[in-house]
Amino acid sequence: MSTSGSWLLAALALLPLVGAAVVVALRGNDRTAKLAALGFSVVEFVLALVAWASFEPGGARLQQAFSFDWIPAFGVHISFGVDGIALVMIAVIALLVPLVIGAGWAEKLPEGRTAGGFFGLILLEQALTVGVFAATDVFLFYVLFEIMLIPMYFLIGSYGGARRQYAAVKFFLYSFLGGLIMLASVIGCYVMAGDELGQGTFDWATLVRVVSDAPLSTQIWLFLGFFIAFAVKAPLVPLHTWLPDATAEAPIGVAVLLVGILDKVGTFGFLRYLLPMFPAASAELAPLVLVLAVAGVVYGSLLATGQTDMKRFIAYVSIAHFGFIALGIFAFSSQAMTGSVTYMVNHSIATGMLILVVGMVIARGGSTRIADYGGMAKLTPLLAGVLLIAGLSTLSLPGTNSFVSEFLVLIGSFPNAPVFTAIATVGMVFAALYVLWLYQRVMQGPLRGSALVDSSGGGAGVDTARGGPGAARAAVLDPEVGAKKGIFDLNGREKAVLAPLLLLIVGLGVYPKPVLDTVAPTVDATMCEARLVDPVQPVQSAERQLQCP
Amino acid sequence: MSVISSVLLLAQEPPAPPKVEAPPLDAVWPILIVLGAACVGVLFEAFLPRHQRWPFQVVLTLLALAGAGVLLATYISDAPAAGELAMYGTLAVDRPALFLWGTLLALSLGAVLMIADRSVEPGGAFVASAAIRPGTVQDRAQVAATGMQTEVFPLTLFALGGMMIFCAANDLLTMFIALEVLSLPLYLMCGLARRRRLLSQEAAVKYFLLGAFASAFFLYGIALLYGYSGSVQLADIAASAGGSDRSDTLLFAGMGLLVVGLLFKASVGPFHTWTPDVYQGAPTPVTAFMAACTKVAAFGGILRVLQVAFESTNWEWRGVLWGVAIVSMVIGAILGLTQTDVKRMIAYSSVAHAGFLLVGSIALTDKGLSGTLFYLLAYGFTTLATFGVISLVRDSSGEATHLSQWAGLAKRSPLVAGVFTFLLLALAGIPLTSGFVGKFVVFEAAIADGMAPLVVVALVASAVAAFFYLRVIVLMYFSEPAAEGPTVTVPGAFTTAAITLGVLVTLLLGIAPAFALDWAAGGVFAIR
Repeated sequence: MSTSGSWLLAALALLPLVGAAVVVALRGNDRTAKLAALGFSVVEFVLALVAWASFEPGGARLQQAFSFDWIPAFGVHISFGVDGIALVMIAVIALLVPLVIGAGWAEKLPEGRTAGGFFGLILLEQALTVGVFAATDVFLFYVLFEIMLIPMYFLIGSYGGARRQYAAVKFFLYSFLGGLIMLASVIGCYVMAGDELGQGTFDWATLVRVVSDAPLSTQIWLFLGFFIAFAVKAPLVPLHTWLPDATAEAPIGVAVLLVGILDKVGTFGFLRYLLPMFPAASAELAPLVLVLAVAGVVYGSLLATGQTDMKRFIAYVSIAHFGFIALGIFAFSSQAMTGSVTYMVNHSIATGMLILVVGMVIARGGSTRIADYGGMAKLTPLLAGVLLIAGLSTLSLPGTNSFVSEFLVLIGSFPNAPVFTAIATVGMVFAALYVLWLYQRVMQGPLRGSALVDSSGGGAGVDTARGGPGAARAAVLDPEVGAKKGIFDLNGREKAVLAPLLLLIVGLGVYPKPVLDTVAPTVDATMCEARLVDPVQPVQSAERQLQCP
Repeated sequence: MSVISSVLLLAQEPPAPPKVEAPPLDAVWPILIVLGAACVGVLFEAFLPRHQRWPFQVVLTLLALAGAGVLLATYISDAPAAGELAMYGTLAVDRPALFLWGTLLALSLGAVLMIADRSVEPGGAFVASAAIRPGTVQDRAQVAATGMQTEVFPLTLFALGGMMIFCAANDLLTMFIALEVLSLPLYLMCGLARRRRLLSQEAAVKYFLLGAFASAFFLYGIALLYGYSGSVQLADIAASAGGSDRSDTLLFAGMGLLVVGLLFKASVGPFHTWTPDVYQGAPTPVTAFMAACTKVAAFGGILRVLQVAFESTNWEWRGVLWGVAIVSMVIGAILGLTQTDVKRMIAYSSVAHAGFLLVGSIALTDKGLSGTLFYLLAYGFTTLATFGVISLVRDSSGEATHLSQWAGLAKRSPLVAGVFTFLLLALAGIPLTSGFVGKFVVFEAAIADGMAPLVVVALVASAVAAFFYLRVIVLMYFSEPAAEGPTVTVPGAFTTAAITLGVLVTLLLGIAPAFALDWAAGGVFAIR
């Protein structure tokens, strides 16, 4: 089973685990704990780069394979392996975690909580999510899928905002229920393999072979079990309601992990499990998924426009984007699917940056309400600039990374699902509306809002502050005045956190080839496993032709 | 002549007296040790001075459990794979019976350690003289004293002996006697609490009355089955049910009554009504013993009765038990949501778990058997440790079992809160705990036996039940501590050992369940 590079994935999964233990052990001293956490996450990032470098696009379906027995009685193995999609997601995790640690460096934790506990849980979450993407044993996948809820539950519940208890429990129950329904399907697949092969197995590749030939009715039941779990995670309307609460209550860094990584497990599951294992059911139920996807695009866009809270705003933006990703996956063309996979990466980068920037705004103003801000660009021009860039990437402006993926999704989806694609395109228009309007309200215009302007004379700050243009103070125009109020522009740490994301937004917008090349062979393999053929494309690229063995 | 010849004949060949062979005892030594030690314990009570009884009883009980364990282990190493009959065919000592015996002995060890603890509650959780009326002058005097009723040790051993016989009983009469032997001590033990004595006595009376009813059902069922098949042997009932064209009325009426008696003991809904009251009222170590061991014994009996006696007629009755399992899971999960008392909450959780166990029990396959056995092992240890932790959280009036008192516990005692969280997650069935592996093996067996819809119901019930476990975690970690909150007692060596045992097994069976799964799958019931 083992190949030469096999230690790599085990190391990628174990390193953050060790890191978590070390950081928790060092929790007595905040600074040491933070440094240790940062150190571990940076080494993890380097390891991820090594994994990427040693990956051969177009090579074996699952590379860096690694396996040993866990529960022989049930044929359960601890086995890891990555394809292009899993690899880029692991790289995204490894990229985001150090940034999240950097962003949370000065986080004010609730009384009685230590930075060691906080960062320890983040590293633990990292280990589990790396494991989820790397697992090639369905049982192991399920186990990690469920366990990764627990650190996240404590991250939201212990370190979150005012309604954190509600949000944490809601998050946990939604995902747990989804997971349990998936468990029924996992067992169903296992039993089916047992009937077919004489001995049950959880090996992904074997299950794909056995289950994909099952009769349609069986496939539909098994498909639904997996689908509900992934649709809760992704999240698709109408199973999305936990996300706005969880995002709004989670600390900023945790919100990045939640939206940027955890939710991607859902769309990853569509690609890795639903399509290859249940090709007939996928084809049969694709219209249903497309309806949910497009409903998500429209619904998420509308609600994002109407949000008054910045963190909830981001949650709804993400719901709209997950609609796009699901559309691209279930439109069944290699172009759209490639678009969706790169969308998963780019969404993590763009939305991750948006959340971090919004977090910086909130850290200065002390409020998450949009109405409490206004004209902030005058105090913090750099912060305004990065918010604009993150926003532009979120609305998929050409030249930013998200444009490439959104364009691929739409153009690739059109031949198979023209109506759905047309409706989803409306989402792009809305994106421009909600992003620019947010920017305008927070950053542009005269300085206003209770978070930035205190009514120096009177006590009732909120009322005067929200009193429209009349309350604006034309006198407050320069950063020095902001400094007096304790509102500074980006500091060195924040610049360092945002710089990599900024580079990637522009870099991948101009030159997306590294990601595209890595994921394209895996997308083709997924298309073949799902027994799909590309529709006739209006814009057919000459060099890419889907060829199944 | 004829006289002489007959005399000669007699002289030559004396008529062989009916040859009575002593039954081979190898297989049943563990039971004999346990029951023998219980009798010695009674003598200790009679002849030892009061202050010497506690140490003698503790040593005797622990030695008996250890001795029985060692004898069991030596017997298992060269036991016939197909099992053997012992005590003139009344006991079937087969692989499942041996597995259940081992489980019962190990769980009892933990329970006895908790019963013996005198540091958590000064003087132990048991009142010195249960006969004194609560609230009287004498009662107040004995609250101040630290004496303890040491009869609880022989009672525990008698109950344990009954449980061991119950899981191995090869005929229904033996099973009935074992049922009474295990039940009567438990009724008494429920009423021995040092604190909240009225609640405790109420629990004992409730348990006794309902238990007596259940026993009557059980006995009536035996009578009807005897009428049907002319035998109380499980194998004979199976044989007559399999190949006859008699009316089935007696068979199914008898089976129904019999199974109701069994389901009552296993606290399967809707026969669970005693469970919350008794779990709440009984002294917590006794609750731990009941929750863990009675469940094991009762499901051992259910498995044997269903698989040995009624397997051939399962088409007729399986639908009914489907319904019972669903009712049990739904009652446990939904009523558990409304509880405000930790012990009652765990009681409803045990009703839900009984439903899951029943799902495994009615999968009449080898996998169903081994899965249910594993689940019993896993659940027993988790529950044991859970009640161990509950006994530690106390205020001035005894255990603080109201949920609101648990708020913010993690701030004051992170270790206890952490351990309890782990146990709750195990009860909820989160992976890497034994609870998950147990659910997995049981549900796997059920799906393989064509019960996928039932499994989906079970999974939804698990998700609902997860909510009330989570609620406790939320209280402990995310809420502010109550101002006059309870303190966590530093447990003595005994309770610490019991909790550690439970937690370690829960973790071990979650991470490396292979060996226990192999044991559980070691063999099937001997049908003779």
